[in-house]
Amino acid sequence: MSDRSPLTVAPVAGARETRQAEQLAKLLEESREIRGVSLWSDAWRRLRRRRTAMASMIALGVLVVLAMLTPLLPLQSPIDKDLKFRRLLPPELTSVTMGSREGLGFKDASLVAELARFEGELDELRRQRDAASDPEQRVQLEDRIRERTEVEHPFNQLWNRLGSVAWGMCRLRVAIFGDYAIPSIFGTDKLGRDLLSRVFWGARVSLVVGVVATLVSLVIGVSYGATAGYLGGIVDSVMMRIVDILYSIPFIFVVIFLITFLGEDSVKAWLRQRGIEQITIFYFVIGAIYWLTMSRVVRGQVLSLRHEQFIEAARTVGASTWRIVFRHLVPNVLGIVIVYLTLTIPAVMLFEAFLSFLGLGVAPPDVSWGQLLNDGVEALSSVKLFWWVVVFPGAALAATLFALNFLGDGVRDALDPKMKNRD
Amino acid sequence: MRNLIGYLIRRVGWLLLTLWIVYTVSFVLMRSVPGNPFSSERAVPPAIERQLRARYNLDAPPVRQYLDYAWGIVSRGDLGWCLRLEDYSVNQVLAEGFPVSASLAIFGLVFAIALGIPAGVISAVRRGSFADLSMMTAAVLGIAVPNFVLASIVILLFVFIIPLFPAGGWGTLRQLALPAFCLGAPVAAYIARLTRAGMLEVLSREHVRTAMAKGLSSRAVILKHVLPGALLPVVSYLGPATAGVLTGSLVLEKIFAIPGMGSHFINAALQRDYTLAMGMVLTYTVLLFVMNSIVDISYAVIDPRVKLP
Repeated sequence: MSDRSPLTVAPVAGARETRQAEQLAKLLEESREIRGVSLWSDAWRRLRRRRTAMASMIALGVLVVLAMLTPLLPLQSPIDKDLKFRRLLPPELTSVTMGSREGLGFKDASLVAELARFEGELDELRRQRDAASDPEQRVQLEDRIRERTEVEHPFNQLWNRLGSVAWGMCRLRVAIFGDYAIPSIFGTDKLGRDLLSRVFWGARVSLVVGVVATLVSLVIGVSYGATAGYLGGIVDSVMMRIVDILYSIPFIFVVIFLITFLGEDSVKAWLRQRGIEQITIFYFVIGAIYWLTMSRVVRGQVLSLRHEQFIEAARTVGASTWRIVFRHLVPNVLGIVIVYLTLTIPAVMLFEAFLSFLGLGVAPPDVSWGQLLNDGVEALSSVKLFWWVVVFPGAALAATLFALNFLGDGVRDALDPKMKNRD
Repeated sequence: MRNLIGYLIRRVGWLLLTLWIVYTVSFVLMRSVPGNPFSSERAVPPAIERQLRARYNLDAPPVRQYLDYAWGIVSRGDLGWCLRLEDYSVNQVLAEGFPVSASLAIFGLVFAIALGIPAGVISAVRRGSFADLSMMTAAVLGIAVPNFVLASIVILLFVFIIPLFPAGGWGTLRQLALPAFCLGAPVAAYIARLTRAGMLEVLSREHVRTAMAKGLSSRAVILKHVLPGALLPVVSYLGPATAGVLTGSLVLEKIFAIPGMGSHFINAALQRDYTLAMGMVLTYTVLLFVMNSIVDISYAVIDPRVKLP
């Protein structure tokens, strides 16, 4: 290519050559201007035209942002129980002051006042610690500060094990909104906890389960499938036979069995010793069963792509293996992987809800949508009609799954080359 | 025919292999839990505990136990005793729960087919009409709404607000209606979508145009020439559908208080009744395997081009 470009035309050329060179330069310029429509921009264009898919995407985006900002929102406490006055209240609009429940014993029945009081006391302790000359006394005071923060800090009474980011957000929230909290517009549950804030905090767990477990399944599925497809031959057939066997195992039952085992006290203690949270295992167990379809699809794709003409063409013009794999193989597999990804997330979320509903998933005081539904169904069997405990968490879960399914369908159609000129 | 026999023999081989894997994994998990069935409750005198352990073969080395338990299952079909249910063997629990779960699952599947196929056919034939649009929206809803959410809504509506059905229990047809509906609804939604897609594909084929051109009534064309071809994807979906129904019955049996295998399984899992849970997992494996094989065979019967794998 380069030796034909106008730049290398000999300077001795006459007028004709100069004109030719100019023409060539113009052509080159033009060809640089033309931008090929890549697979992705094409797919994106088609996806944007589907209104349902776009609406789902926006709704999901809002949901994710809200779930991430939950500690910042002026919601009531998701774990503070009020068995005396607030059990199973129907949706209402009377506003609530944070920390007003008598049993909490907050100063002036207000979170802000209590926070100021508590911080003052802690500062006093810190001053003592800094003033202490005896190193032993210092360590003692340090321990005392930590202990009191863990047990008595107002945040630890109103929220469950906040991470450092969430802790900071809670602080910001108190600074912005003070004692104000959104009224219980979703009602309260059978222990007098605000359902709106529980739905929000549950969204965090449910979404994280969906994404993390799906990523686990993605990693296992793609590497397994790509290995089988790339190596081919006997390795391929053995690996795919294993997948066949795993397909015919009713996994839900095995997983329940496994979770039963993981729930055993001694196993839990063993895991805690090694610093592994039970919920982490839960993500991995769910992720580890949803990789089968992914691996089959990826393997099939890699297998057929290896002998495609465009791969051979790329090889003929001298592209390196590295370039072939990353410029030609991966983008082609990626489309189908993304389609399966969008369809796996709802399946995984549903499975988490299902397990939590059965009491085998996320354990209290963590909240998830499945668990809220379980509480709701239990409250249903009573004489009075407590519809809100079922309807709101159920609607949240159903709407999310609905949006994810629509988005998945939309992405599949957008990335399907056969659909190209149909709309 | 020889083809079929060969297929069945191969399938049985795979089934045995699968069962062996499930059994081994379950056994290892079961035995790696510390303690034994007699250590938890009241303390038993050491001598008696020794005797009990000897009686239940718990004092043998693990490999011996593994082989003995497997031999018990193979030779006598004996899955052992429940650890938590008083005076029940696993076989008894299975014998009581299986008919209940099976009839619930069959009702759910029949309901799903009876609702899904006509809905799919109608929406394909009247493509773009209001009926098509509303049915396909309902189908997406049916897929998105988990069946335990559906069950709670249905209970709210038809048990508490309009008292048409009892809230739970087992035995009468009225008690069966709601759980079977909730179990079948997601499956019906999938079947409707598959039927519609299949119908639309076959409707655009040449042989359908020929049938129309020679003057057959559209009813005859649809029932004789379109539907059989359009149902192939539905038939192959019945395998996963069975898995879905089995899974769904776990929650629905819990919600509607139905004494089937599913509720026993959940209780076994919650109370760490390992022998019962293992028996259940093995049973479900066999069920799913048999159902998948039946689907494969019927697929080959319907479509002569398909060879049995």
